[in-house]
Amino acid sequence: MALSREQMAMRVARELQDGFYVNLGIGIPTLVANYVPEGMDVMLQSENGLLGMGPFPTEDEIDADMINAGKQTVTAATGASIFSSAESFAMIRGGHVDLTVLGAFEVDQEGNIASWMIPGKLIKGMGGAMDLVAGADNIIVTMTHASKHGESKLLETCSLPLTGAGCIKKVLTDLAYLEIENGTFILKERAPGVSVEEIVEKTAGKLIVPDEVPEMTF
Amino acid sequence: MSGFDKVVNSYEEAMAGLEDGMTVIAGGFGLCGIPENLIAQIKTMGTKELTFVSNNCGVDDFGLGVLLVDRQIKKMISSYVGENALFEQQLLAGELEVELTPQGTLAEKMRAGGAGIPAFYTATGYGTPVGEGKEVREFDGRKYIMEESITGDFAIVKGWKADRYGNVVYRDTAQNFNPMAATAGKITVVEVEEIVEPGELDPTQIHTPGIYVDRLIQGTFEKRIEQRTVRKD
Repeated sequence: MALSREQMAMRVARELQDGFYVNLGIGIPTLVANYVPEGMDVMLQSENGLLGMGPFPTEDEIDADMINAGKQTVTAATGASIFSSAESFAMIRGGHVDLTVLGAFEVDQEGNIASWMIPGKLIKGMGGAMDLVAGADNIIVTMTHASKHGESKLLETCSLPLTGAGCIKKVLTDLAYLEIENGTFILKERAPGVSVEEIVEKTAGKLIVPDEVPEMTF
Repeated sequence: MSGFDKVVNSYEEAMAGLEDGMTVIAGGFGLCGIPENLIAQIKTMGTKELTFVSNNCGVDDFGLGVLLVDRQIKKMISSYVGENALFEQQLLAGELEVELTPQGTLAEKMRAGGAGIPAFYTATGYGTPVGEGKEVREFDGRKYIMEESITGDFAIVKGWKADRYGNVVYRDTAQNFNPMAATAGKITVVEVEEIVEPGELDPTQIHTPGIYVDRLIQGTFEKRIEQRTVRKD
């Protein structure tokens, strides 16, 4: 069975380490915050200028001056800091964030990522995505392996305009966890009950399949 | 009387000198920390053909969105737009120009502009549509594009507290782009919730030193919330 959104978030959460500063994108990446292992401290970075994002406020705590990058009202966690956009992107572009998790439309075997623009559709903008992919060393892309019509999103070459070039090394899809190295995807883990054959069939880019591909457990 | 006193007494005075075709740098992220009364004043003045440098363009009836109604904006330099129907309509009709700029690059363009740095190199946008036509240089085996800085004829800024000398403190995440915007205007106008006497603010806690600020005004703010999210417990 393909992974649920929650299972994808759970799998990403296994990459967290105690003391990590983490930037989570919108969608599945946001869910990762719900699965931080017990006894582990991570600090969430929100690119509008908050390091140490806390939970949503209660009705009484709501404050228009306190929002996250998704423009939702939030609170600050204990030990948080708040700063300007330039400071926030200095952290991001300077490579100080330990882990970045974000969604994408397509990733290719050269580590290129397309996530912000579909020609012919209204383009709202890239926000901070280009800064995040260019600045971070440790990035996990979360997305479905193939479109609803069965077309692979793991490609030889991205067909959509890029968000960043050669910057992605780790991809978690609903079917598999893969890494990218020297111009090829490497299948590292598969979702429970998903066959290697299905993953091969739904991966358009070059794919190395090791002899052993462990099944994820939840 | 002090030559450092930046306080003006009306919004007319605060935005005096703004003319058609000028470039305005605005602080704010979404609707958070936007100079809402200065924007309202620009609407009242009816100034046209303006270029705005701002991370976003407000919503239909609040923030910079209100300036779309009478087509006062010619061009937006932003990282994320389109939270309003009017924006989309004018963009598709070719009445509005948009220069999409990565958020960190936008912040740095303002920061550099205010610091007298004409351009900088960044990896952000290399190999993407943003990098097209821009100079590429390699440093330590990695490719970077050159981005030019931005300055404005005006900068409009929302602070929390300021003293009469224009030393400004921002509150929580309403800080966002405001400190950079404040440095990058030929005329920087700051509106705040409270003006205090010099000496009342702790000098070590000042975000924007008064040297950047030309005009200061105290206002009252609606502070609209874009995405009201609460937890249940």
